[in-house]
Amino acid sequence: MIKAILIFNNHGKPRLIRFYQYFAEDMQQQIIRETFHLVSKRDDNVCNFLEGGSLIGGSDYKLIYRHYATLYFVFCVDSSESELGILDLIQVFVETLDKCFENVCELDLIFHMDKVHYILQEVVMGGMVLETNMNEIVAQVEVQNRMEKSESLVGSVAKNGHVTFPT
Amino acid sequence: MALKIVKGSIDRMFDKNLQDLVRGIRNHKEDEAKYISTCIDEIKQELKQDNIAVKANAVCKLTYLQMLGYDVSWAAFNIVEVMSSSKFTYKRIGYLAASQCFHESTDVIMLTTNQIRKDLSSPNQYDTGVALTGLSCFVTPDLARDLANDIMTLMSHTKPYIRKKAVLIMYKVFLKYPESLRPAFPRLKEKLEDPDPGVQSAAVNVICELARRNPKNYLSLAPLFFKLMTSSTNNWVLIKIIKLFGALTPLEPRLGKKLIEPLTNLIHSTSAMSLLYECVNTVIAVLISLSSGMPNHSASIQLCVQKLRILIEDSDQNLKYLGLLAMSKILKTHPKSVQSHKDLILQCLDDKDESIRLRALDLLYGMVSKKNLMEIVKKLMLHVDKAEGTTYRDELLTKIIDICSQSNYQYITNFEWYISILVELTRLEGTRHGHLIASQMLDVAIRVKAIRVFAVAQMATLLDNAHLLTGSMQRNGICEVLYAAAWICGEFSEHLENPLQTLEAMLRPKVATLPGHIQAVYVQNAAKLFATVLKSQEGNTDSTTAQETSQLMIDRLPLFVQSANLEVQERASCILQLVKYIQKLQQKDVEVAEEVIALFAGELNPVAPKAQKKVPVPEGLDLDAWINEPPSESESEDEQPKAIFAKEEPKHSRPRHTEVDEKELARRREARKQEQANNPFYIKASPSSQKVYQDAPGVEHIPVVQIDLSVPLKVPGLPMSDQYVKLEEERRQKERAEKKKKEKKKRKEKRSGRGKKHDSGPESEEDITPAHMVDIVTEEMPENALPSDDDDKDPNDPHKALDIDLDKPLADSEKLPVRSHRAAEAPKSPAEDGDAESAATQEPKKKSGKEKREKKKDKDRDRKKSKEEKKKKKHKHEEKEEDLLGGQVEEPVVQSEETSEVAAPPTSTTAEVSDLDFWLSNAPVPSNTQEAATVAAAEAAPVPEAALGAAPDSEPDEPKDTEMEETKSSKHKKKKQKKEKEEKEKKKKKKKHHHHHHHSDGGGEESVQNGTVEEEEPLPPMSNYCLLAENSYIKMVYDIQGNLQDGSQVVVSVIFENKCDSFLKSMEFNVLDSLNSKLQRPEGSGPHDGLTVPFQLPPGVSNEARFVFTVQSIVMPQKLKGTLTFIVKNEDSSTHEKLDFKLHFTCTSYLITTPCYSDAFAKLLESGDLKGSSVRLEGVNMPFHHLLARICFHHHFSVVERIDSCASMYSRSIQGHHVCLLVKTSGQTVSIDAKCDEPTLLGNVLDEIKQTFSQC
Repeated sequence: MIKAILIFNNHGKPRLIRFYQYFAEDMQQQIIRETFHLVSKRDDNVCNFLEGGSLIGGSDYKLIYRHYATLYFVFCVDSSESELGILDLIQVFVETLDKCFENVCELDLIFHMDKVHYILQEVVMGGMVLETNMNEIVAQVEVQNRMEKSESLVGSVAKNGHVTFPT
Repeated sequence: MALKIVKGSIDRMFDKNLQDLVRGIRNHKEDEAKYISTCIDEIKQELKQDNIAVKANAVCKLTYLQMLGYDVSWAAFNIVEVMSSSKFTYKRIGYLAASQCFHESTDVIMLTTNQIRKDLSSPNQYDTGVALTGLSCFVTPDLARDLANDIMTLMSHTKPYIRKKAVLIMYKVFLKYPESLRPAFPRLKEKLEDPDPGVQSAAVNVICELARRNPKNYLSLAPLFFKLMTSSTNNWVLIKIIKLFGALTPLEPRLGKKLIEPLTNLIHSTSAMSLLYECVNTVIAVLISLSSGMPNHSASIQLCVQKLRILIEDSDQNLKYLGLLAMSKILKTHPKSVQSHKDLILQCLDDKDESIRLRALDLLYGMVSKKNLMEIVKKLMLHVDKAEGTTYRDELLTKIIDICSQSNYQYITNFEWYISILVELTRLEGTRHGHLIASQMLDVAIRVKAIRVFAVAQMATLLDNAHLLTGSMQRNGICEVLYAAAWICGEFSEHLENPLQTLEAMLRPKVATLPGHIQAVYVQNAAKLFATVLKSQEGNTDSTTAQETSQLMIDRLPLFVQSANLEVQERASCILQLVKYIQKLQQKDVEVAEEVIALFAGELNPVAPKAQKKVPVPEGLDLDAWINEPPSESESEDEQPKAIFAKEEPKHSRPRHTEVDEKELARRREARKQEQANNPFYIKASPSSQKVYQDAPGVEHIPVVQIDLSVPLKVPGLPMSDQYVKLEEERRQKERAEKKKKEKKKRKEKRSGRGKKHDSGPESEEDITPAHMVDIVTEEMPENALPSDDDDKDPNDPHKALDIDLDKPLADSEKLPVRSHRAAEAPKSPAEDGDAESAATQEPKKKSGKEKREKKKDKDRDRKKSKEEKKKKKHKHEEKEEDLLGGQVEEPVVQSEETSEVAAPPTSTTAEVSDLDFWLSNAPVPSNTQEAATVAAAEAAPVPEAALGAAPDSEPDEPKDTEMEETKSSKHKKKKQKKEKEEKEKKKKKKKHHHHHHHSDGGGEESVQNGTVEEEEPLPPMSNYCLLAENSYIKMVYDIQGNLQDGSQVVVSVIFENKCDSFLKSMEFNVLDSLNSKLQRPEGSGPHDGLTVPFQLPPGVSNEARFVFTVQSIVMPQKLKGTLTFIVKNEDSSTHEKLDFKLHFTCTSYLITTPCYSDAFAKLLESGDLKGSSVRLEGVNMPFHHLLARICFHHHFSVVERIDSCASMYSRSIQGHHVCLLVKTSGQTVSIDAKCDEPTLLGNVLDEIKQTFSQC
């Protein structure tokens, strides 16, 4: 099971948080800070696994992360997940973002957090891996975006439809 | 009203959207909080408006603010409003917000039940999907109970997209509503073989998650998972399954034996590191579970260790980390195989990556021996000095202590060395583990009597130097060490060289800054020291020292009397009064030492930590019984609380303290002493043992610990523990030399209390004698201590509730709650209706896949019944078996067929424990050469036969599928009829239907089973459906099957899938007939008329229709052109559309899976009627059984016999041509020799086989 997915930048600013177990908001922020603290002090050439997030999980849980340019993608998972598998999954997720946003960068995540969530929802559901095939993920995301678009056309009031997808 | 809406939308243009909000926050970096609070005010305004778009926008912004740490639960109701919008766009926003901030105590959740139910049954699959995704994050027990049935229905949705989500969410439902597990489980199990890989993977995921917590309930699924493991090519699924097996094998060693081979193969063949790693992990788990070392397994261990070494040596840090992680698992059971890689692991200790260093540390734990302990610890101590982060330093510290103290100090040969290590560790500043060091000091000093002199001296120095007192010690955990030091000095004060000095040190004013519990120990032990000083002064005529000591106490103790800590205060004032009284006596020259020392007389024995818990409950004592019956007002009320009490008591057998009177204690002590005296292995602390210590070369020159106060971590020169390393070297050398001299003399040294452990140690270890005789006092346990140790289970674990027996048949009471005013299967019904129609208009014999699915559900319901029937059959069979034994040789075929009927388990439907036993009992016995053949025979042969050892080698493989038996039953009707006399006519008819249906539809599946009935189970989720045509409205896939009963007919099954948002109706299917092949049209219609597809398709729905074609010649493949016309109906308009396609009739599609027995097969080949041909396939990179399964599945063959990498296969065309194959594989080359009575057909079939494998 995946307990949480955190995306934050090199300064620890959260860009997406997704907890699959309830934590109150202040606790969430504390976890982000702790995780950032643990992850950020590691060189880029050390391994991507980390034990010892004390706030989240415990001994059965591991932090598995990847660092892309300015962003950290951190998955907190328990021992039922394969470490290398999750690393691959992060890669799939990022590649999917890259496809959906066309050369994704931090700004895309900043301004379209909702869309990143929708993409993530096609990859992981309720803490369990839903789909690992990138084409399938992209296809489902696109169908839903199309639906959204057609709705906003019908709605016709959407001059600055806040949900239009960047094309 | 209209105006209001317009106004709303105009307002909205000025509202901030999410992007504006983000931009705003970024532009207000200096007063972010203020800016956000104004934004929240705006949002509150927006939420008050009626316009749902505005509300959704506001909720979207709130989701963002939630990420920044703002509590947005006040908007929960608005979120629910947005969730219930009819527009997907808003609904999605609402569900996202809900999934981010709803939790079990959000009260508006109860309002959502109906909305969610509505969304779940929405015709739009994405509405359903969004609802499922949201629900997975905030499902509560109530929601789970109310929606379990709806979700269960969705598990059979036509869209794999919904199916996989519904399957996944079931796990959450089970967690919140455990009662749903049993009713939902059969369907969940079914999904393991879903044609869609995503759904299959989801089902595997859920079951693995369930099984991880309660593995024993899922053992019966092992055969199914085994089948999946050997057939699946999805690494995600494989990893999950392999991980699951890792959890199952400890429960069933036979499973482990079965697994080793396929796992080893995977290790050799896979290129995916993740898969390789998990295989290695599971092999390790298997090896651990097989406690008795089987000879073959050393190879497996070697393989694992080898592979892991490769990982560790890899430059990829991730692999290195995982390699070490897995290595530590091997270490537990096979330390020797790991120890040979010590170099590599020590190297990892120097790695720059902390995670890797920590893993390497873990490994060190198991790699120490008497020989290398000092060396390794020395290395670790160096790391302690170098370590920059406290976390890592603390980890090092605990590891050093763990390593040294493991298995009752097994590897320590010199406890002086260990004490000095502990003392050195006290110089670590800021460690959290002061108490750990302290408890080690206490433990060693108490249990190793011989070391007390040394320990006391060291502790006295610690107290005296008291560098530990400096600094802010409240947060400096290291001061805990002083607790131990003070206690040791006090308790064993008779060994102190200068007790007065130590006493003085313990009463320094600075001590008052220590934490209370430490001060208390100081005070108490000061009194002990006082007693010792008095005793030492007793014979002395000059009593000044004694009196000065009393005065010292009287002067210093008031400081502690003033302590705020109660314990300190109480002890101090008590002792103060005592000392004052003693002083009085001293002044009268009364001898008081004896009396004072008597206060602290007697020795404390170490008690094992769990001793108290393990005191057995005496017979006849019921801890749950009332001591006094509670006053009862009325009888009924009296009973209830009682029951509740008994239930709530978590572990009520926790023993209470049993009081033992003083006499009894004394008696026991005496008895124990007697026992110890008679025990030759128990060596008491005697003066002689100390002599040994003094004999050790140069020990007396050891400097008293010099702790440099100014530079706590860097002591000039060698740290003192290093000197022990040198000394130890010298000592060992000397010993060796001495030993050579006294070679003949038998060594008589024995170490008490741990003799057993030494026996198990390596031989060379035995040569190292401890520097001094050590008496490690074993911890006391109560007599008759209970061995059980079940206190590690967490009563709050939600998975405890899921520990449910899944194999018991369902009771009626267990049905999931269904809302009666709603049809439970509403979303599915149109499809089913269509299905029924299609079945009605088409030939009645044919059934669609969906109906089959429905059937399975029925089957579940009928399972109990069918089991009983099976039992009956078994009885009958056993009767029969006796006569058959006589006629065995004449009638092997009959026999095997009949027995199989009884014994072959329908693996796909019922998996009972007995089935599991059956499955496991055929685990390959490692006798290699004959293995494959015998196993194949054993597997194919039913149990009784196998037991009799009568399985003839030529025994054909038996299909396991029950339906398959039915097929045969019609072939051997005469025999069968005898058996089925009792069965009703009706049923028989049904079976005939089945039989047909089976061949036209399920044939592939069954043939797969045929293909790999041997030790590997077959591949289920392959599909023969291939694309027919597709446009933006509709997609058609099709499959062609021969019709066994009519040699000139084939059935084309076409699945129509509506891809658009509109309704599709009036579909007409038409084909341009050729001379050879014609579409069968209803009587009275012209040769160019189309056939009406007997259903309509709502958006997102798919359904299957069948069309019968008549063919004349079947030796050549053929293509037919055709067209589908249909009407696309929107709300306001409808358009006519058409789609052209080409139907490809391959020669394969004229073949029908037909079982054939090896003797018949041999006759056929001998007959000489067949003409041969052959083909070679290069570069086929798949296991042989996969290859066979593919041929079986895609080309409708069945395996006649398989030996090692060679198999004979058979199939028959609808016109009765025999096709025989001999498939051999070596490396990546597969050669197929084929014979058939129709060479053209054969050539085409072989071409098609070749094509199948060129595609994969």
